[in-house]
Amino acid sequence: MPEADRQSLMTPRGWAAFLAVGFVLIVLIPVANRLVTPGGALHLPEYLVPLIGKYCCYAMLAVAMDLIWGYAGILSLGQGAFFALGGYCMGMYLMRQIGDRGVYKNPVLPDFMVFLNWKELPWYWHGFDMFWFAALMVVVVPGVLAFVLGWLAFRSRVTGVYLSIITQALTFALMLAFFRNNMGFGGNNGLTDFKDLLGFTVQSQPTRVGLLIASAIGLGLAFLLCRWIITSKLGRVCLALRDAESRVRFLGYSPTGAKLFVFVVAAMISGVAGALYVPQVGIINPGEFSPANSIEIAIWVAVGGRGTLAGAILGAFIVNAAKTWLTGAAPEVWLFFLGALFIVVTLFLPHGVVGIVRDWQARRSAARATVLASTRPAEAT
Amino acid sequence: MNAAAVNVATGHDPVAETAPGDTLLYLEDVTVSFDGFKALNALSLAIAKGEMRTVIGPNGAGKTTMMDVITGKTRPDTGRVQFGDRIDLTRLDEAGVANLGIGRKFQKPTVFENLTVFENLELALKCDRGTFATLLARLDGSARRRIADMLDLIGLGEHRHRPAGALSHGQKQWLEIGMLLLTDPQLLLLDEPVAGMTDIETEQTAALFKELAGSHTLVVVEHDMQFVRELGVRVTVLHEGSVLAEGSLDHVQKDQRVVDVYLGR
Repeated sequence: MPEADRQSLMTPRGWAAFLAVGFVLIVLIPVANRLVTPGGALHLPEYLVPLIGKYCCYAMLAVAMDLIWGYAGILSLGQGAFFALGGYCMGMYLMRQIGDRGVYKNPVLPDFMVFLNWKELPWYWHGFDMFWFAALMVVVVPGVLAFVLGWLAFRSRVTGVYLSIITQALTFALMLAFFRNNMGFGGNNGLTDFKDLLGFTVQSQPTRVGLLIASAIGLGLAFLLCRWIITSKLGRVCLALRDAESRVRFLGYSPTGAKLFVFVVAAMISGVAGALYVPQVGIINPGEFSPANSIEIAIWVAVGGRGTLAGAILGAFIVNAAKTWLTGAAPEVWLFFLGALFIVVTLFLPHGVVGIVRDWQARRSAARATVLASTRPAEAT
Repeated sequence: MNAAAVNVATGHDPVAETAPGDTLLYLEDVTVSFDGFKALNALSLAIAKGEMRTVIGPNGAGKTTMMDVITGKTRPDTGRVQFGDRIDLTRLDEAGVANLGIGRKFQKPTVFENLTVFENLELALKCDRGTFATLLARLDGSARRRIADMLDLIGLGEHRHRPAGALSHGQKQWLEIGMLLLTDPQLLLLDEPVAGMTDIETEQTAALFKELAGSHTLVVVEHDMQFVRELGVRVTVLHEGSVLAEGSLDHVQKDQRVVDVYLGR
């Protein structure tokens, strides 16, 4: 009985699914791409590797979104900002790695600064030539921003739609700022023409496979971290906050602390996702801050199933696969499809894809129970 | 009951004349106004340690606002709210007040509907409320025992793994009371605790409160006169944000002003 009172990190079946997905992403896909000869039936085309890697980054973002929205009820529509900031930190490192291989052969200044006639590196670009510093900034910059914004908002008890609007405004403001050339982040071209990462050529296929593996590991770790938080007592406080915030206050918990914690953790995960994303797509520009991107993240989570981390991952893969296919097959339809998807999910699938699976399981076990009930009297006679 | 009746017959009010212990909660000249409307108007009230007090009054008399002021939800415009010897409650927020050992039960039973009964009690159990302490918290044996004992006391043992949202109204009331008790409160503020309870449940609640009085201090806001009578303690009548009358139930019921307020509306 006491075991039932405590939530374990995952059920045995959950662990089996976790390891199976990990095996596919980290072992099977790289093997199918690298070891199976091209043309073979099991060969994975080259272009799919960075694509799946990109989906893993999106899924990380979805997991972070689900932590704050699905569990703590914070509908942030600015998660794309933290993703983009993490991406810019990685982009700055990659720019510094180019060194004198740029068009203007300047060993220190990136091409766009030479082009703008800048004479020296702005202070905030210092240190990004070192990977460890850039990696640290990938979590510190989004984390600090989330802390400041969250502290101001949660302390003033800004919730619901007001918080959504503030976070939208944040990402919009950052987008406008990063579009400006004199911000020193490459203006609307952003950062691109990357050469190498930790000595590996960014465009080479082995590096791409490595980045896919890194993204899959990142996704797995983000999933485990969030899973650990939601199965902790703090996770139950977050659920309680969603149900009855005033009761939580009157029990002596500070909602500000709990919300701030998950908000900062989610921002850091988003930052890491952005950093893994940038070398795989080869560019980061202010478009990543676009408010529409942040709204899309909420749609992934809603489609997959809010309040289940696995659902968030599923939603990110499903919607983005649909996006990849539709923007190729019928580009003008995509936005209508996205809008329709959001309406359908909100109206008919409040628990997303995971909800459909659960309903189906429940109906099946109910059907089995009625079958048993109807056969039993027959056996008795 | 009988003794009280006899005393009232002789014009004596026994509850009013019990020697007051140390004052635990003290409100002095508390005024709260919302857009010019005075929800509390120079309200003064003293509750002794270990006392049980019932507060009655018509709708809009300021009962809930009084609770809000004590628990840090509403800041009074003027006046003093003091807990114990020197703690000024007007400087604290809800969580700060709660951690002093002041528990509040809402009028509408407020439990965490998506958590199980057990998890509701787990969150309430007194412990370090810090964010990181909560993240790393583990339930030890004595905590489990305390929760199990509370489940027995509130009669929800067999429902422990059900979500609280699936409980009946009366069961939710009991769950919320159980949650409050697990916070080790000194002072319990109970807003209509028996609303929606069956007669038997109401009786059991009265018995529980009487048992708690003495070791705890209770302020019970209630509309159910039968329940107030059953508690048989000092009654404070609020009207238009200040105290209209105070004494035993029989005493205040004889007060002409109280009769006017209740019937003359």
